Amino acid sequence: MPISSEAGQMPLISVTDLDVRFGSDDEIVHAVRGVSFDVAEGETFGLVGESGSGKSTVLRAMSGLNADWTGSIEIGGTLLGRVRGKPFYKRVQMVFQDPYGSLHPRHTVDRILSEPCQIHRMSDIDDRVSDVLVAVGLGPTFRFRYPHQLSGGQRQRVAIARALILEPEILLLDEPTSALDVSVQAEILNLLQRLKQERGLTFVLVSHDLAVIAHMCDRLAVMNAGRIVEELTVAQLRASEPAEAYTRQLLKASLGYDRSAAAGMESFD
Amino acid sequence: MIGANGGKDGALLTVEDLSVRFHTRTGIVDAVRNISFSVGREKVGIVGESGSGKTMTGRSVLRLIRPPGEITAKRMEFDGHDLLTLSEKQMRDIRGDRISMVMQDPKYSLNPVMTIGEQIAEAYRVHTGASFRDAKARAAEMLAAVKIRDPERVLSLYPHEVSGGMGQRIMIAMMLIPDPDLMIADEPTSALDVTVQMQVLAIIDDLVTQRGMGLMFVSHDLNLVASFCDRVIIMYAGQIVETCKASELDQAKHPYTRGLLNSLPRLDREPGPLPVLERQESWKTEPGVDAYFK
Ligand SMILES: Nc1ncnc2c1ncn2[C@@H]1O[C@H](COP(=O)(O)OP(=O)(O)OP(=O)(O)O)[C@@H](O)[C@H]1O
Ligand SMILES: Nc1ncnc2c1ncn2[C@@H]1O[C@H](COP(=O)(O)OP(=O)(O)OP(=O)(O)O)[C@@H](O)[C@H]1O
Ligand SMILES: [Mg+2]
Ligand SMILES: [Mg+2]
Repeated sequence: MPISSEAGQMPLISVTDLDVRFGSDDEIVHAVRGVSFDVAEGETFGLVGESGSGKSTVLRAMSGLNADWTGSIEIGGTLLGRVRGKPFYKRVQMVFQDPYGSLHPRHTVDRILSEPCQIHRMSDIDDRVSDVLVAVGLGPTFRFRYPHQLSGGQRQRVAIARALILEPEILLLDEPTSALDVSVQAEILNLLQRLKQERGLTFVLVSHDLAVIAHMCDRLAVMNAGRIVEELTVAQLRASEPAEAYTRQLLKASLGYDRSAAAGMESFD
Repeated sequence: MIGANGGKDGALLTVEDLSVRFHTRTGIVDAVRNISFSVGREKVGIVGESGSGKTMTGRSVLRLIRPPGEITAKRMEFDGHDLLTLSEKQMRDIRGDRISMVMQDPKYSLNPVMTIGEQIAEAYRVHTGASFRDAKARAAEMLAAVKIRDPERVLSLYPHEVSGGMGQRIMIAMMLIPDPDLMIADEPTSALDVTVQMQVLAIIDDLVTQRGMGLMFVSHDLNLVASFCDRVIIMYAGQIVETCKASELDQAKHPYTRGLLNSLPRLDREPGPLPVLERQESWKTEPGVDAYFK
C-alpha cells in the first residue's frame, strides 16, 4: 500500500516550495509557485491541471532540464543540486510530452537507444536494445528506422524504450499516452504497471485524462496557475468528492463534450 | 439524416478509392488502402489505432504527402474542384484559403525563429490585407478566443517557450483565420486539459453549426468523438472497417471498434490490466461494417 509521509516512512521524492520563473526583470512569468509534494517509493503520483498550469515545468525542474528554480528537491533523502551528473540520470529518467521533438530526427531507433547505454558504459548493448524494443511492443523491423518513418504512437514507444533502457528507479512521465490511440495507450499503461511491479519503479505521471490518472495513480495533485490547489487520493476522485470547485469542473468536463457545459466553464485564478 | 455518402446538402469533400503508399528500402508500406468517404457540413470523426493511416488520410486531401510517399485515387473532389488535377499553385490557394489543417505536431508547424505574435499577424495580414498594426491587435483577440490567458505576453514568446496545449490552441487560432470551408484537425486538442478542450471545441462546433464549415476530426479519444462528432469513421491498417453515427459509437459492431472501446480506462471501473486488442488478419480483407447501408 502506498503511504505518504504520515506513516513516518521517508518519502523517495520530496519537493518543497518549488518556484520557477521565466524571463527577465520586466516580464517575469511565475510558472510554478510554492509547489510541495512527497512521493513514496513504489507509488504513482499524478499531476493534473489546466494547460499552462506548470505541470511540465515541475517535471523539468525535477529532471534537471531546467536549472533555474528555487526550493528543494530531495531524492532518497539527498538534496539535488542544479546540475545533475550521470548517476542521477541512471536513477531518474523522463518521458516527454512531445514524441516529435524528443527524438533526434537523423538518428535511427538503434542509435537513439544505444547512445544512453554507451554514455553509461553498459555492457551487452545489442541485447539490451532488442529486449527493450520487445518490452515496448516494437519488433526488430523498427530497429533501423528513423523517427519520421514511425507513427506518433510508435515514436512514443521509442521514447519510453529510451527511458527504460537505463533501468531507472524513477520515471517522470509527461503525458506519456496523450499522443497515442486507446489500444496502444492500454498497452503502454499495462506495460508501465508491469514494469513498475517487476522493477519496483516509482512514477510521477502528468496527464489531463482523469480516467488515466485514476487507473494508474495512488494519489494526485491538481494544479492551477502554478499552484497545487488540492491533493487527493484516487478513491476520493472516483467517488467524485473533490473539495475544490476547480477539480469539480475538471471532473464534469471529463465526461465528454457538451455544448451547454462548455458555456458554463469558468476560469479560476 | 446525413448518410455515409455525404451531407444533406451534398458533400463538400468526396474521396473514392484513395491509397497512400511509401516506397522504402525494405519494401512498400501501404499506409492507406482504397478508402472512400465524404464529408458534408458536419463533424466527421476519424479514429483508429496508431499507424492506421488517419494522418495520411488527412494530409492526402491537401496533397501534403512528401516523396517517397505516393497518392492514388479514383476521385478526390472538394466543392467542385478536382484535387487530383489542380496545379501546385491552385493547391496552395486551396490550402491557404478554403481548407485548413491543424497538424498533429503543432510546434513543428510554427516557425521557430519568429514570435507567436509575428506569425499570427503575418498570417492575418496575408489573408485580409490588413495593416500590420491592425493585424497585431487582432492577433491578441484571436488568442483570447481560444482561451489563452494573458494573450499579450504569449504574442511575444517563441514557439519553444509555449506549453504543448498553448501550441495547439495557437495553431487552431491560426487555422481559423481564413474562415475555411473545411477544417482537417489532426489530434487538435490532445494536449489540452479537458476544460479548455471543451471550450476550444465549442468554437469549432459553432463554426460547423452556424457557418456550415465541414470538419474532419482525427482523434484517438473515443469518448470525445462520440460526444462531439456527428459521424465516425473507424480505420484499421489503412482501411475503413466501420462507419457509424457518433451517438451510436458505444453500440459499434466491428470487433476492432469494440476492442478499442474496451481498452479505455474508466473512472467507474477499478484498475487492473486493461484489455488489449487481439488483432485479426481477416479484418484486412473482410468488408467493413457500414451502419448506413443497414
Ligand atoms: N522556456 C520558457 N520560457 C518562458 N515561459 C515558459 C517557458 N516554459 C514554460 N513557460 C511558461 O510556463 C507556464 C507553464 O508551462 P508548462 O509547460 O509547465 O505548462 P503545463 O501545465 O505543462 O501545460 P500543458 O498541459 O499545456 O502541457 C506557461 O505559462 C508557459 O508559457
Ligand atoms: N515516410 C514514411 N515512410 C514509411 N512509412 C511511413 C512514412 N510515414 C508514415 N508511414 C507509415 O504509414 C502508416 C500510417 O501512418 P499515419 O501517420 O497516417 O498513422 P496515424 O493513424 O496517424 O497514427 P498515429 O495515431 O500514431 O498518429 C504507419 O504505419 C507509418 O509507419
Ligand atoms: Mg505540459
Ligand atoms: Mg497521426
